[in-house]
Amino acid sequence: MYDALVTPLQRQVGAGYSRLRGVAATMTAPLHEPTAEAAPSAAEEAVLAGSAEGKAVQGRSLGRIAWERLKRDKLALTGGVVVLALIAIALLAPVITNLVGQDPETHHEDLIDPLFSTPKGAWGGISADHLLGVEPVSGRDVFARIVYGARISLLVGFLSALVAVVLGTVLGVLAGYFGGWLDAVISRVMDGLLAFPQLLFIIALVSVMPNEMLGLTGTGVRLFVMILVIGFFGWPYVGRVVRGQTLSLREREYVEAARSLGAGRFYILFKELLPNLVAPIIVYTTMMIPTNILTEAALSFLGVGVKPPTASWGQMLSSAIDYYDSDPMYMVIPGVAIFITVLAFNLFGDGVRDALDPKGSR
Amino acid sequence: MLAYLTRRLFAAAVMLVVIILVVFCIFFLVPRWAGVDPATMFVGKQADPAAIEAVRQKLGLGDPILAQVWEFFKGLFAGRTYVGGGDVTQCSAPCFGYSFRNEQAIWPVLTDRFPVTLALALGAAVLWLIFGVAAGVLSALKRGSLWDRGAMVVALAGVSLPIYFTGLLSLAIFSYGLGWLDAQYVPIEESFTGWFGGMLLPWITLAFLYAAMYARITRATMLEVMGEDYIRTARAKGLREPVVIGKHAMRSTMTPILTMLGMDLGALIGGAILTETTFSLPGLGQAVLKAISDKDLPVILGVTLITSLAVIVANLVVDILYAVIDPRVRLA
Repeated sequence: MYDALVTPLQRQVGAGYSRLRGVAATMTAPLHEPTAEAAPSAAEEAVLAGSAEGKAVQGRSLGRIAWERLKRDKLALTGGVVVLALIAIALLAPVITNLVGQDPETHHEDLIDPLFSTPKGAWGGISADHLLGVEPVSGRDVFARIVYGARISLLVGFLSALVAVVLGTVLGVLAGYFGGWLDAVISRVMDGLLAFPQLLFIIALVSVMPNEMLGLTGTGVRLFVMILVIGFFGWPYVGRVVRGQTLSLREREYVEAARSLGAGRFYILFKELLPNLVAPIIVYTTMMIPTNILTEAALSFLGVGVKPPTASWGQMLSSAIDYYDSDPMYMVIPGVAIFITVLAFNLFGDGVRDALDPKGSR
Repeated sequence: MLAYLTRRLFAAAVMLVVIILVVFCIFFLVPRWAGVDPATMFVGKQADPAAIEAVRQKLGLGDPILAQVWEFFKGLFAGRTYVGGGDVTQCSAPCFGYSFRNEQAIWPVLTDRFPVTLALALGAAVLWLIFGVAAGVLSALKRGSLWDRGAMVVALAGVSLPIYFTGLLSLAIFSYGLGWLDAQYVPIEESFTGWFGGMLLPWITLAFLYAAMYARITRATMLEVMGEDYIRTARAKGLREPVVIGKHAMRSTMTPILTMLGMDLGALIGGAILTETTFSLPGLGQAVLKAISDKDLPVILGVTLITSLAVIVANLVVDILYAVIDPRVRLA
């Protein structure tokens, strides 16, 4: 019922027509003057959203409705707030570490027990100076490394998701809209990529890359390659969904209407179809980011991602393998950092999915 | 059914050939673009040009890429002979070539390591299927209950925990802290109980991650299925609830689960790299990881092939099972 109200026909024909005449209207353009037929559904939606009861029926856009739903989802909001906090931490990493007077790459060998090469003192050397203790052997400050590690995780997580979404959307729309041999080729490539042993290929690709490339060196190259490769293996997930949606949308009447008004192929693709694909794309992006963060951590854990002295959570966990019995704190801290980050993204992503797709299970 | 099978088999074979081509390109072309000669990877950077040239001759690394691929293919099925540097090396089928590092034949390494990975993947799969699907079905049937909420919180935490963290954590707690289990891998030929004890933690940690994913998917699918008309029809016919759920709802619920199982199992059999690294299990994943850090191209190529084969076979099996469960697939 909700689907029938928002997606097709009326709004699209109206909006598409007005856009053809040069009037700006976006996907979130409010639904004015619902017809008699659509009105009961709109009223139901309004009641569902817990407001506007008894008032005149007001139309609301898909974006507004989703936002209202999201606002009532406490878990998702908590996740969202944590995500925002993490972004802030990543952006302000130098400021934060300056505040506590530590640096992620300075060694403090005086704090290390020379016999076991683990930190002196209980709990991995936690003290007023070193809030989360110091690393075994080198004595680098764990708090500063965790803060800087957030930069790597989020950078790779977001940018590789961006690569995947752009590739997936463009190729998915092309395959779905034009069909024929183009669809056959793109679909086969997607099937193939999904059946590939991905982690293995990512590891292999990252490891055969040279150390200097395109004016970048060391960590820069590794980050760049990781983002590209993770993004490349992620696009078929988006592509499949976008293709499926496009296939069903291109037969809708509003596309027909636009075509009959003389709209060109690319106008229809980008102005008529793409706005209707925004919801599934957003859902897949939010679900992809935590997966990418885990992949980056896994690569660094396996020693093919970011390498020390640059701080990354996966790399910290990998060096913690040798100390899980003598210095368990060193293993727990980066592990918990990954856990909180991924959990926050997952909570938020689940919330966004439920908000945008009311048919989904709750 | 036969036509369907032939089509699937053909597609699988094509896929495998494509993967071999891609792997070849990654490992023999990308280094060359990057200005590294595969032959120097074999001999080492400081070797004199004559030695490099000899290796290039013997391994055929100077040949066009397609010729190399063809030689590799031939080696797989008919064996291969390396000539050069004054001696002749005979490598019988299936010939995956020789390691760049220790000049061992690769095929025995693969057969040696494969059972470890297979045991890890299958053992964990049994656990996660039982617990993950059961938890998901119960959650869906008792939607909104305390059990449902508890199980879903645990499942959400489970999918957010990387295996190399839960693995280390479980090692620290159960092996080091409580001393219940030995963290050491013991070959099954030496002692069955020792092997079982050593595999228990890897199985449980790996199964926990996947059980969490499967519980979430099962719950979502089950909820959707229970809302279908045919379930109402089944109830209206007066069928008892266990029959409605067990016979009618479970059948549709299991189809997507089966697809996932095929992909996951295939990927894991090809090398549970993270689990094997965390628990130091001598499986395929560890072999390939070491090969990658050693730049040992033939070993990487061999493992990648086995991995891809595992994924493809697993998908093929799933497709066939699919056709058995769902007759519509056969007709499509």
